[in-house]
Amino acid sequence: MNFWANPIQVTADWLMGLFTGWGMTEVLASILTQLLGIVVMITIMLVIDILLVWIERKVVARFQDRLGPNRGGPFGLIQPFADIIKLFIKENITPAGVDKVVYNLAPILSVFSVLILWAIIPLAPVIIGVDLNVGLLYLVAAGAIGTLSIIMAGWSSNNKFALLGAFRQVAAMISYEIPMVVALLIPTVLAGTMGMLGISEAQQGMWYVFLSPLAALIFLISAVAELGRTPFDLSEGESEVVAGFHIEYSGMKFGWFYAGELLHAFTFGGFWGILFFGGYHFFGLENLGPLVAAAIVLFKALIGYWVIMWIKYTLMRIRIDHMLAFNWKFLVPLSLVVLMVTALLNTLLRDTSTWVMAVSMFLSNVLIAWVVIEILRGRSRTEREKVESPAQPVVEATH
Amino acid sequence: MENEWLYIGLFLIVGVALPAAAIILAWLISPKKPNPIKDSTYECGMETVGESGVQFKAQYYIFGLVFLIFDVETVFLFPWAVSLGKLPLFAVLEGIVFILILVAGLGYIWRKDALEWV
Repeated sequence: MNFWANPIQVTADWLMGLFTGWGMTEVLASILTQLLGIVVMITIMLVIDILLVWIERKVVARFQDRLGPNRGGPFGLIQPFADIIKLFIKENITPAGVDKVVYNLAPILSVFSVLILWAIIPLAPVIIGVDLNVGLLYLVAAGAIGTLSIIMAGWSSNNKFALLGAFRQVAAMISYEIPMVVALLIPTVLAGTMGMLGISEAQQGMWYVFLSPLAALIFLISAVAELGRTPFDLSEGESEVVAGFHIEYSGMKFGWFYAGELLHAFTFGGFWGILFFGGYHFFGLENLGPLVAAAIVLFKALIGYWVIMWIKYTLMRIRIDHMLAFNWKFLVPLSLVVLMVTALLNTLLRDTSTWVMAVSMFLSNVLIAWVVIEILRGRSRTEREKVESPAQPVVEATH
Repeated sequence: MENEWLYIGLFLIVGVALPAAAIILAWLISPKKPNPIKDSTYECGMETVGESGVQFKAQYYIFGLVFLIFDVETVFLFPWAVSLGKLPLFAVLEGIVFILILVAGLGYIWRKDALEWV
């Protein structure tokens, strides 16, 4: 078999031959090969994570009209590695009165909840850890571990600020999980499968962002909220709760929270690309080889990450009551309406051509968006009149 | 494939082991000079007053309950969504009625002002 046509399989076969040649049993050799693959995969993700620190700092600098790190090495590329060394040799301060086991487990689970997502990401048809037939449920389940790590960190830190930050963050994360799950149902409906590879494969002709732009938007908004990034970074309201749930963490434990957040953003950018922007499909370019396809997926993940950064550095933090009201009174009903319309159209137009279905899906989304915007305009008009009208008699009374 | 979940299991183990190894390495090479002031709870220089396990707003609990209801019911929707392509129109409409019941529940919660941050 040609190496460039299927690099993972060829390498695995070679390793299997090597291990069985050393006298190992078939099962042990297979497990060892898989273990090596996993270690390589996770190491690559962690190296990407280090580079994400550099990307984040460079991009935020450009957004704020600064230069960013530019002293350590070319373009400041050595800077994130210096940061890592600094985190390693910093003293780990464990405050008195913390719950030691939970306190130390929280940062590990925080980055763990992101790393395990890369087990199901299809980088190419032949470069995928495992194509679970319940891939999207696995994504939701891994997200729940991230929520767990935050409440663990806040609860065990023995600090009021940490606890309050964790409460806010968890309230936001669990609320925004509902529109996210409903938005995940839409690619499931369109592709007829929950497997990530099946969803990628089904988008060969038409990316789902054209079929359901509203679902892509809902997924992006709820992903930003799940990440706890601005405008939804309530847990890190500096003037209110200092640093939120990770206030008592220092050194490498803080480093994992930070790294986990960046990798989480990158990973959700990747899922956005896979679920709505065609995965490894890019105008036939993926046929050049699996490594090109993997580069396409990572490129789309970077684009998604850039969009999330763009949102973060443009918008300001919103209040928690606004945030929860936006979710429960706007995103949840909207996502349920989009799901119902998509399911109905998908069934009614089952026998028509792809183009008829695509155009009608797109138009239905435009129609929903237009109705929603009209309702919001009406609401804001009545709210504005309510605020402005009582001002009138007050002005007259002063004369 | 029977190996799928074995692979996931191995991935979970490595996913815990590598971050834990980094923390252990940092613990080995970092200085350890604790003192009571350094180990005190961080509150911007203020002395901690009272218990650090504060009472929280009941509103968080209500949002937790609402989340629980919706999350359980959206999980029921996944099998329906997967098999949607093969279902007859009647079964699809049944699913939509199920979602409408969810929406009615949301409307009830909304009318009862459980979604207000009081």
